[in-house]
Amino acid sequence: MKKDIILCGVGGQGILSIATIIGQAATEAGLYLKQAEVHGMSQRGGDVQSNLRLSTEPIFSDLIPKGKVDMIVSMEPMEALRYLPYLAADGVVVTNSKNFVNIPDYPDAAAVEQELKALPKSVLLDIEDLAKQTKNPKGANMVLLGKVAAHLEILSADQLRNAVSRIFQRKGAEVVESNLKAFDLGLNA
Amino acid sequence: MEKRLLLGDEAIALGAIHAGLSGVYAYPGTPSTEITEFIQSNKLAQERNIHSRWSTNEKTAMEAALGMSYAGKRALVCMKHVGMNVCADAFVNSAVTGVNGGLVVLAADDPSMHSSQNEQDSRFYGKFAMIPIFEPTNQQEAYDMMADAFALSEKLHLPILMRVVTRLAHSRAAVEIKDPIAENGLNPDSGRHWVLLPGIARKQYLGLVEKQAEMLNVAEASKYNMSKVKKAKTGIVACGIAYNYVCEAIGTDAAVVKVSQYPLPEKQIRQLAESCEELMIFEDGQPVVENDVRAILGTGYTVKGRLTGDLPRTGELDPDNVAKALGVATELTFAPAKNLANRPPQLCKGCGHRDVYTALNQVAAEYPNHRIFGDIGCYTLGALPPFQSLASCVDMGASITMAKGAADAGLFPSIAVIGDSTFTHSGMTGLLDAVNENSNITVVISDNLTTGMTGGQDSAGTNKFEAICLGLGVDPAHVRVVVPLPQNMEEITKIIREEIEYKGVSVIIPRRECMQTLQRHLREKKNK
Repeated sequence: MKKDIILCGVGGQGILSIATIIGQAATEAGLYLKQAEVHGMSQRGGDVQSNLRLSTEPIFSDLIPKGKVDMIVSMEPMEALRYLPYLAADGVVVTNSKNFVNIPDYPDAAAVEQELKALPKSVLLDIEDLAKQTKNPKGANMVLLGKVAAHLEILSADQLRNAVSRIFQRKGAEVVESNLKAFDLGLNA
Repeated sequence: MEKRLLLGDEAIALGAIHAGLSGVYAYPGTPSTEITEFIQSNKLAQERNIHSRWSTNEKTAMEAALGMSYAGKRALVCMKHVGMNVCADAFVNSAVTGVNGGLVVLAADDPSMHSSQNEQDSRFYGKFAMIPIFEPTNQQEAYDMMADAFALSEKLHLPILMRVVTRLAHSRAAVEIKDPIAENGLNPDSGRHWVLLPGIARKQYLGLVEKQAEMLNVAEASKYNMSKVKKAKTGIVACGIAYNYVCEAIGTDAAVVKVSQYPLPEKQIRQLAESCEELMIFEDGQPVVENDVRAILGTGYTVKGRLTGDLPRTGELDPDNVAKALGVATELTFAPAKNLANRPPQLCKGCGHRDVYTALNQVAAEYPNHRIFGDIGCYTLGALPPFQSLASCVDMGASITMAKGAADAGLFPSIAVIGDSTFTHSGMTGLLDAVNENSNITVVISDNLTTGMTGGQDSAGTNKFEAICLGLGVDPAHVRVVVPLPQNMEEITKIIREEIEYKGVSVIIPRRECMQTLQRHLREKKNK
């Protein structure tokens, strides 16, 4: 079994934290993993993405071929659309529904939403709104991870949940608790 | 055996530490920065007191590492590809002096220019200096190779070039870790071969030429160069990570020579050519091996690659263009989206560079013939909307010297914008040229107290800029410091206007901490 994932969003939205947690869970589960990320100039408010490959068999390429992505996970709806040519026929898009507008020519938000909803498999969720309920607005990415957990298959929700605890452990019990709450909100949304 | 999830850069760093490294010397540059950062924060490196402070530029780094090698210890130099241009003098000559303690030079190339101004291929530098080159295929090889590279360096008494590309440097995978070995003891050399006077240099250079045959033997016997010779129409030569893309497309059964150590293993390439009708070369970067293979096989044999249009001439390889070259069709279900716009990077909210450009644009508008020469850093984004202030961005330090040359030609006002770290890297010498000729230029050193673009590393000149400018001979009345904030706009624009009107070299230093490091420092304070 394998899962090829593109994580994307806008620089600073926390996609690399999602990658780190999935990476931790995959390592604990003994899966093969490759994760290519972009550092440097593109982190400054520009579009960012990471290719994350999980498999029970050895993986060759650090990058995923076009048309083979099983899941696009996005912190921003238009950014999810950027990688459509990579999506496999039965691939799923899991994305934040809240637009992040920091460019003058951002397309019509309703049109973006419509294009996403027209896909065979897409899940839109207002993760920022849910994160506010946890009094941890920065936990939006954990809400999204929770929603991903419901669709990932190669790792169980419990495995991912444990990885959330492990990664935030050194920041104290309170931080672990609020991130788990965000994760569960996403999972059950 | 212990396994760790590591970026390619981190695998290199840990491999070096475990191979008995005594010092890393580097200037930050994407995609190489994380190597030195990893060593700075590694526990064993701290216990061993391994040198890991940032150098002022790649040349000072290369020379300091050569000094550590002279003293008998193992040293690593890290840089992005264009850093090789900066240290080229020391690098090329280090192959002539030879080394004592193992010396590895790590160049991280950036094909597709994700965060760079060109896609030069560092393997040319390795060939130019006539030294062995390692090019890992994956994170495990990156880790394993460090120990072999240091050992080979000490065996051949030559520096080793290790070349990686962005997609390996910034990709993570599990790596099996070995036990660390001890550092070398202090053992300074005393040979005359370090003194490159012509008489000695001639002898050394001849020795380097004579070592080439041994280097080729070593590469042909290297465990990192794998060959599967069998009958096939197309034989594949795949270098470094290109091999992964080939396997992704057609599996591991092809007739192939995988190249991860140079000089190019000629014997294996000839064998592959004999059993196939043609060869196709897969290499990330420029067509270095493609040309070499043509030279080995002669004009009668078909060699395909980037130069024949079978692969794109520019940009990085990826699983798609490699699959296409191999005749494997990619099946696309979804067309590019309709509701999509580009989202280029931009200066952070509240960044001091923003206020610098706002002020510069306001004053520059009063001078229709003005030009503002830019430099390398976050502030290069001042070339893009909304500011569009910059006329150029070429290489580290070029803002000052280009402004000088343009002023020499009669341009007025001729303005340079350079960051603090870039100024100490390569701007100081150009400023001295300008002072010595009293050139009519205005230099803005936009000081955010850090090396911002690469993530906030220490900047060599912090707290020293006024002293440096005065020391270089800038008139004290024309070294002006301002705080770039919107509420100071009136003062800043007044000072810019005055210094443009001053006929001679003036330096304006807008100084305010980078927003990224400020937030990090506030977080650290809160967590204490």
